[in-house]
Amino acid sequence: MIRAFFCLLALALPARAELAIQEVTSPGGITAWLVEDHNIPFTALEIQFRGGTSLDAPGKRGAVNLMTALIEEGAGDMDSLGFAEARDALAAEFHFESYNDSVGVSARFLTENRDAAVDLLREALVNPRFDQDAVDRVREQVLSILRSNEKDPGAIASEAFDALAFGDHPYGSTGDGTFEAVAALTRDDMIAAHAATLAHDRVYVAASGDITAAELGVLLDRLLGDLPATGAPLPGDAEWLLTGGTTVIDFPTPQSTVLFGQIGLSRDDPDFFPAFVLNEALGGGRFTARLMTEIREKRGLTYGIGTYLANMDHADMLMGQFSASNDKVAEAITVLKAEWAKAATEGISEAELAATKTYLTGSYPLRFNGNGPISSILVGMQMDDMPIDYAVTRNAKIEAVTLDDIRRVAARLFQPDGLHFVVVGQPEGLK
Amino acid sequence: MLGSLGPRFTKRATMVVALALTATALATPPAAAEPVTTFTLENGLDVVVIEDHRAPVVVQMIWYQVGAADEPRGHSGIAHFLEHLMFKGTEKVGPNEFSAILEAQGGDDNAFTSWDYTAYFQHIAADRLEMVMELEADRMRNLRLTEDDVLTEREVILEERAQRTDSDPGSLLSEQMRAAQFMNHPYGIPVIGWRHEVEALSREDALSYYKRFYAPNNATLVIAGDVTPDQVKALAEKYYGPLEPSEGIVPRERPQEPPQLAERRITLADERVSEPYLFRTYLAPERDPGNQKEAAALTILAHLLGGDGQTSVLARALQFDRQVAVYSSAFYDGTGIDDATFGLVVVPAPDVMLETIEADMDAVIADFLKTGPDPAALERIRMQVRAADIYDRDDIFALANRYGEGLTVGLSIEDIEGWDEALASVTEADVMAVAEKVFDRRNAVTGWLVQPGTEEEVVE
Repeated sequence: MIRAFFCLLALALPARAELAIQEVTSPGGITAWLVEDHNIPFTALEIQFRGGTSLDAPGKRGAVNLMTALIEEGAGDMDSLGFAEARDALAAEFHFESYNDSVGVSARFLTENRDAAVDLLREALVNPRFDQDAVDRVREQVLSILRSNEKDPGAIASEAFDALAFGDHPYGSTGDGTFEAVAALTRDDMIAAHAATLAHDRVYVAASGDITAAELGVLLDRLLGDLPATGAPLPGDAEWLLTGGTTVIDFPTPQSTVLFGQIGLSRDDPDFFPAFVLNEALGGGRFTARLMTEIREKRGLTYGIGTYLANMDHADMLMGQFSASNDKVAEAITVLKAEWAKAATEGISEAELAATKTYLTGSYPLRFNGNGPISSILVGMQMDDMPIDYAVTRNAKIEAVTLDDIRRVAARLFQPDGLHFVVVGQPEGLK
Repeated sequence: MLGSLGPRFTKRATMVVALALTATALATPPAAAEPVTTFTLENGLDVVVIEDHRAPVVVQMIWYQVGAADEPRGHSGIAHFLEHLMFKGTEKVGPNEFSAILEAQGGDDNAFTSWDYTAYFQHIAADRLEMVMELEADRMRNLRLTEDDVLTEREVILEERAQRTDSDPGSLLSEQMRAAQFMNHPYGIPVIGWRHEVEALSREDALSYYKRFYAPNNATLVIAGDVTPDQVKALAEKYYGPLEPSEGIVPRERPQEPPQLAERRITLADERVSEPYLFRTYLAPERDPGNQKEAAALTILAHLLGGDGQTSVLARALQFDRQVAVYSSAFYDGTGIDDATFGLVVVPAPDVMLETIEADMDAVIADFLKTGPDPAALERIRMQVRAADIYDRDDIFALANRYGEGLTVGLSIEDIEGWDEALASVTEADVMAVAEKVFDRRNAVTGWLVQPGTEEEVVE
């Protein structure tokens, strides 16, 4: 008998249907969120381990990233090819990815192959081999990516911005690692990175598809039960070191890539929802958002521009990006700064507030379009410490934002003097 | 495993389909398969309805049977330019209001252009289907363009070209190679257009192209999601039914390729290149209506050679048996009106020259032609094809895309439905037959992406 308890909730999708989210606890005590949908005979499973590349040991930058890439390169009694053949023979799909704050595993498998697919994935997560030949081969792939990043304007901008903003904190450098550190990583470093990141005390799981709560309970214990109880301690908060200004990085290309940002506002802040609505109205990637209207639609200065509240575990930012030809980028930045200042003092209009609310509330249910997206969203909610009814209450929080909230928060959120631009290219009239 | 250069093997799904002459004659499909219904309006608009009642959402796609390969010579980019201009308003809908109306209803919309088609789509709550059908039908015949709109949007498109093509040496190499691959067929022009021709595109170019090609008898409407065929038929007749067909629609017979007698070789040197790589394309047959056997075999061939970063023939030989490459891939997409291409990409290890890796790659191909595929590998691919059939049903956008694209390039519903069966029935002998045929260097373009001033630039 499986001990699984259910906490059924209903997400009101537009019109009529409801999405029932259950909380499942395995016999061994691992919890997961589940949306059962038996229409299509497969399951999407999403697992995130909090910590990610920020857990790299001193001098080992890039270890978690390389370790994550090696999870599917041999496990148990299978070498890399043996593992890949077993996976493909089951038509199971596993994707492993490292981020600043987590290591993620996305899987999908047919119902008919579920047990074998879970056994295989368990071997990868619990018994990865880190064979020396695999370490060396995948290391070369990482080094290849590092070389590519040196010539990629987006990567150059991002690395420069992070270094300026966060200095020595792990957020201040790319989790892909440095040439020196990656070249020196050993098999022992992989074993250490694995032990540091994949543990019970930091795991979040969600599933969607053709699986019952009882079946998921068994699966959780089988898949994750043998991981260690604890991993490495999480890093502390990152201090924001940037002030307003512009940093130009010379790069021979006809179009400049621009990354800009300022300090943001916490997910737990009582003003988060007004800030979220404000950001969408100003910098949502949609055609009708203010920056798209002013910089693309009216002036033709860029193909696209967007801003976003970047809420990481140890820092909160308001970030944005666009590209513009070298002879237009200065004008685009001038317009952007003016819009930033205008938004800080005037906020947005009643009509913009209304349109932004209907967009955000109307489009929210569209995100839940399939088992893969659903399991991914449900894990995100858990990592953000949302209650299981968040999907039901989220739209009401958007609806509750008033014009007074907007005015109050706009002055706090948008900091025209704190906005820093990193421009990679050969911009005219900027330095 | 890491690495993500180049296109990926796309798995296609078969669905058991209820074919019907009218919307009301819907047959009952087997359990758990999405019912698909087709009908044609009197003005020539083909309509496809794909039912998926799991969630109350809907996707509308309208596919115009016109793309970059149908552009008047010297006006490259006009198909894509018009795609942008379609958001500029009509007699009823003000400038840029199309997206505003949709977004205020929580919908998302966009559009894309290829050589064979131009398509527009919206994703929105199912109870707002009527609104998006009214909007899309309205702009099929009633577009309004001001000179200002056209000039500003042309700047946006030049920025798009700068961002997607001119800033990326790999994109520039692909563009050059395609122009060399197609010596006579208009598939050789870039969809976004050559910069000097885009700079000269005018409002008149856009409008004359629009008036001729944007019409119900040159389009396919796909509605997928929580809808019924009856409901879609009533709405389609109400909004699209009154639109006048165009008299300028003729079969798409583009200039065809002459026999290609000599390999073309291109070296693109760019200081923004970090990883030199080798890219080879061969002219290859496309899926033909009623005959997609060769295309299915080529799809399997691409998957065997370079579809998986660990188990494929190229990866095993160049990354596992020896460590002379860091990435390899093979790809083929046969869904088109005219000739397709079969591609191979290899990124060599840092100390390996392109000349060496090219010889290595050709040795792997030669060896494959002698020994043939591993039967176990073929069996794994069959399992993956069958699984893709199931996984793909999770994504109504992908389903709508499959039908819209297939019908727009001239395939029948039977061809589209039969694709997975065609893939599953490919034999070792089929793979070898197409491999023998396609790997003909006279039909090939070989591209090297290099850093300026390196030995490799000099060698070529």
